[in-house]
Amino acid sequence: MSKLDSKIPKGPIKDKWTTYKDKIDLVNPANKRHIDVIVVGTGLAGGSAAATLAELGYNVKAFCYQDSPRRAHSIAAQGGINAAKNYQGDGDSVYRLFYDTVKGGDYRSREANVHRLAEVSTNIIDQCVAQGVPFAREYGGLLDNRSFGGVLVSRTFYAKGQTGQQLLLGAYSAMNRQIARGKIEMFNRHEMLDVVLVDGKARGIIARNLVTGEIERHSAHAVVIASGGYGNVYFLSTNAMGSNVTASWKIHKKGAYFANPCYTQIHPTCIPRSGDYQSKLTLMSESLRNDGRIWVPKNMDDVQAIRSGKLKPTEITEENRDYYLERRYPAFGNLVPRDVASRAAKERCDAGYGVNETGEAVYLDFGAAIERYGSEQAKLKGLVNASKEEITSLGEKVVEAKYGNLFQMYEKIVAENPYKTPMMIYPATHYTMGGVWVDYNLMTTIPGCYAIGEANFSDHGANRLGASALMQGLADGYFVLPYTIGDYLSDDIRTGKIPTDTPEFEEAEKNVTDRINQLVNNKGTKTVDYFHKRLGKVMWDKVGMSRNTKGLEEAIEEIQSIRAEFWSDVLVPGRADGMNTELEKAGRVADFLELGELFAKDALDRNESCGGHFREESVELDGEQKGEAKRDDKNYAYVSAWEYTGEPKDAILHKEELEFKDIELKQRSYK
Amino acid sequence: MDLVLKIWRQKDAEDKGKMVAYNVTDISEHMSFLEMLDVLNEQLVSSGEEPVAFDHDCREGICGMCSLYINGEAHGPDRGVTTCQLHMRMFNDGDTIFIEPFRAKAFPVIKDLVVDRSAFDRIQQAGGYISVNTSGNTQDANAIPIPKPDADEAMDAATCIGCGACVATCKNSSAMLFVGAKVSQYALLPQGKVEAKDRVMNMVNQMDKEGFGNCTNTGACEVECPKGISLTTIARMNREYLSASVTED
Ligand SMILES: Cc1cc2nc3c(=O)[nH]c(=O)nc-3n(C[C@H](O)[C@H](O)[C@H](O)COP(=O)(O)OP(=O)(O)OC[C@H]3O[C@@H](n4cnc5c(N)ncnc54)[C@H](O)[C@@H]3O)c2cc1C
Ligand code: SF4
Ligand code: FES
Repeated sequence: MSKLDSKIPKGPIKDKWTTYKDKIDLVNPANKRHIDVIVVGTGLAGGSAAATLAELGYNVKAFCYQDSPRRAHSIAAQGGINAAKNYQGDGDSVYRLFYDTVKGGDYRSREANVHRLAEVSTNIIDQCVAQGVPFAREYGGLLDNRSFGGVLVSRTFYAKGQTGQQLLLGAYSAMNRQIARGKIEMFNRHEMLDVVLVDGKARGIIARNLVTGEIERHSAHAVVIASGGYGNVYFLSTNAMGSNVTASWKIHKKGAYFANPCYTQIHPTCIPRSGDYQSKLTLMSESLRNDGRIWVPKNMDDVQAIRSGKLKPTEITEENRDYYLERRYPAFGNLVPRDVASRAAKERCDAGYGVNETGEAVYLDFGAAIERYGSEQAKLKGLVNASKEEITSLGEKVVEAKYGNLFQMYEKIVAENPYKTPMMIYPATHYTMGGVWVDYNLMTTIPGCYAIGEANFSDHGANRLGASALMQGLADGYFVLPYTIGDYLSDDIRTGKIPTDTPEFEEAEKNVTDRINQLVNNKGTKTVDYFHKRLGKVMWDKVGMSRNTKGLEEAIEEIQSIRAEFWSDVLVPGRADGMNTELEKAGRVADFLELGELFAKDALDRNESCGGHFREESVELDGEQKGEAKRDDKNYAYVSAWEYTGEPKDAILHKEELEFKDIELKQRSYK
Repeated sequence: MDLVLKIWRQKDAEDKGKMVAYNVTDISEHMSFLEMLDVLNEQLVSSGEEPVAFDHDCREGICGMCSLYINGEAHGPDRGVTTCQLHMRMFNDGDTIFIEPFRAKAFPVIKDLVVDRSAFDRIQQAGGYISVNTSGNTQDANAIPIPKPDADEAMDAATCIGCGACVATCKNSSAMLFVGAKVSQYALLPQGKVEAKDRVMNMVNQMDKEGFGNCTNTGACEVECPKGISLTTIARMNREYLSASVTED
């Protein structure tokens, strides 16, 4: 029934990528000049792809909705980027990174892709250093590493708490070099609103100029979607305000299968919400879990005293604290993977132990780390009788050097000093592992249409490990796509420019214009945000950290009715022929309202708990793992790839069976 | 708290624009400044009016997209923050707040509070990069050890978010802090040395072409910069520029 072909090369896993590269068709440099490629998105994935494709000689047109490519959401990544360099000599290797990623993803990713990712990871660091990315260094001048959740080695490279910013500025600088040479034509403040298919192949896009409102046709021999993740379907998330599913959803509606939409990452360490006006949530980098210890009070009395302001967390003694991650998972402690840490926080808060007014917060405490570092520094400095204050002050300096900007960010938002009192944190939507289905070449089910970075479903299975999204984005853009796309484009050297005055472009443009007019002329009574917030609430309550059949069935119906109401009652003021920020939002929310339903449908189909997807019906009933998520490999070791047929409810499921030849399927234990 | 907002409204680049007063009520001190504007916009949209257009995206002080000149200060009254990180606890009940776009010849207004900062991109395109191919055939990252203090200083310069507050604040609309930050990042790293001369010459020339003014060392930019980019970056750029012009032809 399925036409899914993952095109995984034959041979042993270690050799697949090398052999593949040896055998593919290439386009000679002179011919590349006659080939155009469109890249939608300039984050780490799109930015690195655009720069590299241009450098190879293709003519690239790149698009982003912000006013500059440097502002893509990747800029906000804080903690770091993984690579199997083994600079620390702690036993890391390509195989170990591969293994950790497959295990961390709860055995729901494609082995061959993940191995390739681990292989090219080391190149990324070399590349970025050559570009002048100022990674953190040790005193000897060599690169420093930290460790992230779910692994036992230190393989994360970082630039203070601004790793994403520095990597993106690296890719941006590589783009700038090509823009200056005229090899990249950059379209800022443009939003892609449809893909154009000619003879079944992706041959261009329809985009809206967000300044003038003009609808433009752009043609190319291939289209690359690098538009990021869809976490904003929850309304509140750590994503940028403009992050959206539109580009991915438009290609889905034109034939690209959408894979595993229900795999979402709820990040354990975010600043809790404070009120209904809240527009977004702020992440506190996972790197903080290297030094911060997570706890709630052991006794209900203390919880109540804290909530009513009668007790301070620092006044609660060690024996009255429940370091629940250390208690439940002694081997990994505070560094368990994200899904495990988030569910554990929810478990404590649901049981009533949450430490703020809303009952949705736990502590992340640096007291112990400050003392440990302080004593270490005192010894190094030869201070024999250092006072407690001196030790604290020395320790705070170390912590500041490591996480200063994060602490500052926290203080600005919450108005509390996290050096003196523990941070309060709670899980929030952060990343989407699901996305557009792609084969080994990163091509979608539309020939000539590719998806890279967070927009595709690829490498992280049901749960992504920290610091692996940046790695994947740059791997796709710098080192994978530039090879695989050549194999496809080698057939196009004689095609010539794709004309845009054809019926296919005509029709696509008309559909886009009609929809925009519909939104602007609707003149209903409710704002776009009103609908977005309602959708977000259904998603969070019923398709969030914990899901069950009843809730999911209700969610599907509720989303359908919110969608119907949206189209009859949405109010978009202003006009279509000029800058109109409400219109931009309306188009994005309309797509979220369709995706949300497919998301719930996918969650309903997957009656197992795996990674970020937790089904209450599927937990371990006894033994050491009692209460933990229960995966069902016999029935669900597949990728769900959904085909669009008109309405989300009618989407057809195609299964890509996952084969694990190199890693044995085991229960994920972090005990 | 209840506030009066006086906001610059301008339909498009051609429109002359004017200040318009609005009232908002029940503003929580925990809101961010942009969340307060969201409240106003929901109010406006509900009554069928066009919302106030302003740039924003990450809302956590890193993308550099938000701007705004608030009560005569770029990014408002707090220090070391962008507008999206500014909180309403910095204001009092009954305040009148003046909200204008960043103003500079090189940053024309597009609509309301949205300005065009693409001049910054063009300065970067003139030389803000190291000419290394992204092919993956580079040497091992640890083959070039870099003293930690240099790496840290380069990192400090590299944290510029390209927001343009320095330009908006400067009475001459000079972009020296922004350009100085990028030039410094590369000047401090061995990888950047090879093209150092061309880089500083080309970037400074482009800056002049875009219509940014001269630097008269008032230091206002350093005060308003949300990322604490230091005036020493300007000094370093001047040295680089001088030595590049001396050795040229
Ligand atoms: C707060 C935060 C911290 C994080 N920290 C880390 C970390 O420490 N380590 C890690 O590995 N990962 C981290 N992540 C995850 C990681 O940052 C993202 O997964 C990754 O950056 C996504 O990159 P991308 O290139 O796929 O997409 P993005 O960076 O999201 O870029 C999307 C691009 O697409 C464009 N776009 C979108 N839609 C359209 C459209 N319709 N038309 C035109 N253009 C469009 C946008 O303008 C933008 O340029 C973090 C994420 C968040 C939210
Ligand atoms: S130097 Fe500071 S104020 Fe100027 S653009 Fe950079 S971050 Fe903004
Ligand atoms: S919105 Fe990104 S810095 Fe303010």
